[in-house]
Amino acid sequence: MATISAPPKASFALSMLLNDTRYRSYTFQFISLFLLFVAFAYLGSNLFRNLADAGLNISYDFLGEPAGYDINQRLIEYTSQSTHMRATVVGVLNTLLVAFLACLSATILGVVAGVLRLSRNWLISKLMAIYVEAFRNVPVLIWIIIIFTIMTAVLPAPRAFRGDDATASMIFESIAFTNRGVYVPSPVLGSGSLAVVLVFVLSIVAVFFYRRYAKKKLYSSGRLLPVFWPSLSLLFLPSIFAFFVLGQPVSLEYPVLKGFNFAGGWTVRGSLIALWFALAIYTGAFIAENVRAGILAISKGQTEAAASLGLRPNRIMNLVVLPQALRVIIPPLISQYLNITKNSSLAIAVGYMDITGTLGGITLNQTGRAIETILLLMLFYLLISLSISAIMNVYNKAVSLKER
Amino acid sequence: MPVERSQIAFVREEQLPERSPPVLETGALKWIRENLLNGVTGTLLTLVSLYAIYFVLSSVLPWIINGLWNTNNIRECKDILAGMSGGCFSVLSDRWNQLLFGITYPNDQYWRPSLAFVLLLIALAPVLFSQVPRQLLVFSALYPFIAFWLIWGGTILFSAVALIGFGVAYMVYSRLVARSFAVAIVVGLLAAVVTWWLGGFVSDAFPDFAALEVVASRDMGGFMLNMILGVVCVSLSLPLGILLALGRQSSMPIIKWICVVFIEFIRGVPLITLLFVANVVLAYFLPPGSNFDLILRVIIMITMFAAAYIAEVIRGGLAALPRGQYEAADSVGLDYAQSMRLIILPQALKISIPGIVNVAVGLFKDTTLVSVISMFDLVGMIRGPILASTDWNGVYWELWLFAAVLFFTVCYGISQYSQWLERQLTTDHR
Repeated sequence: MATISAPPKASFALSMLLNDTRYRSYTFQFISLFLLFVAFAYLGSNLFRNLADAGLNISYDFLGEPAGYDINQRLIEYTSQSTHMRATVVGVLNTLLVAFLACLSATILGVVAGVLRLSRNWLISKLMAIYVEAFRNVPVLIWIIIIFTIMTAVLPAPRAFRGDDATASMIFESIAFTNRGVYVPSPVLGSGSLAVVLVFVLSIVAVFFYRRYAKKKLYSSGRLLPVFWPSLSLLFLPSIFAFFVLGQPVSLEYPVLKGFNFAGGWTVRGSLIALWFALAIYTGAFIAENVRAGILAISKGQTEAAASLGLRPNRIMNLVVLPQALRVIIPPLISQYLNITKNSSLAIAVGYMDITGTLGGITLNQTGRAIETILLLMLFYLLISLSISAIMNVYNKAVSLKER
Repeated sequence: MPVERSQIAFVREEQLPERSPPVLETGALKWIRENLLNGVTGTLLTLVSLYAIYFVLSSVLPWIINGLWNTNNIRECKDILAGMSGGCFSVLSDRWNQLLFGITYPNDQYWRPSLAFVLLLIALAPVLFSQVPRQLLVFSALYPFIAFWLIWGGTILFSAVALIGFGVAYMVYSRLVARSFAVAIVVGLLAAVVTWWLGGFVSDAFPDFAALEVVASRDMGGFMLNMILGVVCVSLSLPLGILLALGRQSSMPIIKWICVVFIEFIRGVPLITLLFVANVVLAYFLPPGSNFDLILRVIIMITMFAAAYIAEVIRGGLAALPRGQYEAADSVGLDYAQSMRLIILPQALKISIPGIVNVAVGLFKDTTLVSVISMFDLVGMIRGPILASTDWNGVYWELWLFAAVLFFTVCYGISQYSQWLERQLTTDHR
């Protein structure tokens, strides 16, 4: 007869805190929590002693004081009389601007380079391999400085555009590349321009609905409607029509030489272009590798199966390979976007006024409030990073293979 | 009915001689047709790339061939070139030592970092290549102490005491590890601290014993600074990253959350902000009056930064191991430390090698960021003292090309090594 006895009821002994696996983890956690607490207390007490010695305190009042410095590249109104808070907001917008531009161009560049690297054309695939290796293996800071050098030291000064013996000329009579920045035409919105913009927005909506209709038609009846040309004409024809009917309400203001510099139009500073191009080319090389890996990850059997069903090559790409490749490509792509945003803080090396340049640069130097400004700076980047990873998690859940 | 021979018009009775395939289907012509002239788009792409290659080479080649290597300043260069395209590479030969060692490292001591660099290659050899005799690993273990003595100078006793401390710790550890891993670690650490404390008196007593001229950290510069930061931070961040990864996988919630918060925080902010912390904020958190070396603060920050990324890579490796490995280790009765050391980590680290190498390459490139907080690494040297000097003001391309080539060589070399290692380590049969 087997007897099952209840486990011996051992009384709790102090040594069990170290030797018994049931309690040991509590001991470890308690010790680590205690050590963490001691470390924080030590650092905190040092901080207060140091602040008291220097006669400082932690306060964010400086954000309300006038900044007293100029920012030449800005998206919103700002003068040197504006507050540090305003300067920070200008910096945030500048960071977002350069990050957006760089993400967009890096994606285009990366996809093109990644696809071309897989091309059957030997020459172009080798060229793309050289591009990827050359740009991945050199620090982005060096690329930023090199492009900044081109923008400031190689391009002609505005006065080279002057007179009959001008050594430089504007491209299409409208864009001027000078060492003070790039001058491009800006749109001037006259009366009735709102209607044109509205028509354009409506056509975007219409394109969206047309494509959905075409898809539904395909799935329900098998009839294939043309998509590309109708969407393109739907997108542009109504707006162009409205533009001329309303008497061309939108015009362009061209930059013209006035005095020693160009006036009118938009000015894009060399520092912005350097940062934008360098980040785009550098990250583009990484994205090209991601795209290549994503396409290679789709097994040849998929392509062959699609071909044996009678799909044509571009259909195979659109309906079979790309949807699967995107699942592999998009997560690293998003982390590259994150890298661009973080690397945009290198703006400080070329004097582009992003948030690191305003809040972490001049504001810090002027007010001397290192702890407060750097804390804010870190919180800003942390906020962006965490929200992007939250988006990524949602996306990953949505596209992950539904397995049983 | 047999067919009459005469009824058949023609019967071939011997094999025709083999004909060579059409010219377009063999050899170089076939290759060109398939790889360069495949269709209209392919041909267009070839033409475009040929033009691009021509464009780049036609402007770069004369610049390099006409380059001057021994003039004294940029004006002399321009006079000799007289409007021709040509590089003024004399800046490299003129400022060679500054580019490599920085401006303030004592001139007569350049042999020390150079020797340290050569020894680094020897010390790395047995770590990187398993064909190298294993006895050399002893030298690799000694290398950090030798390198510290060579680069920073001072008495060799300082390094020796540090080394003896580690030796004592290891002896104590190996005596006790059979009984309990945790006890062995703690007692070993205590033994090391005691040794260091006692040895401190010895090295203080004989400051001139086998002493080299002391070089302060702020005198380090040039590419040497990038190398120091890269090598030190990668080697320090690897063990820290392993600990963080294990902590993040831990079943103890408090330890897990400490690691998660640390990793996510570090990964969420740019390295620049951490360098700002090292530069201006960290001093507030240290005891009043303590004077912490800037290079040391930067090393701490970059190490933490790299460790967070390495931890995520290793976590991926840990997660990729089949569950059965963990269970098998448990079922043969290994405790946590043993199963990690003997079963899990060797496999997980092998999977993570490509990722770790990527982090290492990225980290090495990121060491250039220290120029932003006005340290004179290679980029800082070029931007600051060299381009600002009246002799070389305006020699951009030669200098930046040099910097790019230097970094490219190291980073490309590392990534090629990692691909080679991956092929060596594959044990599955495909």
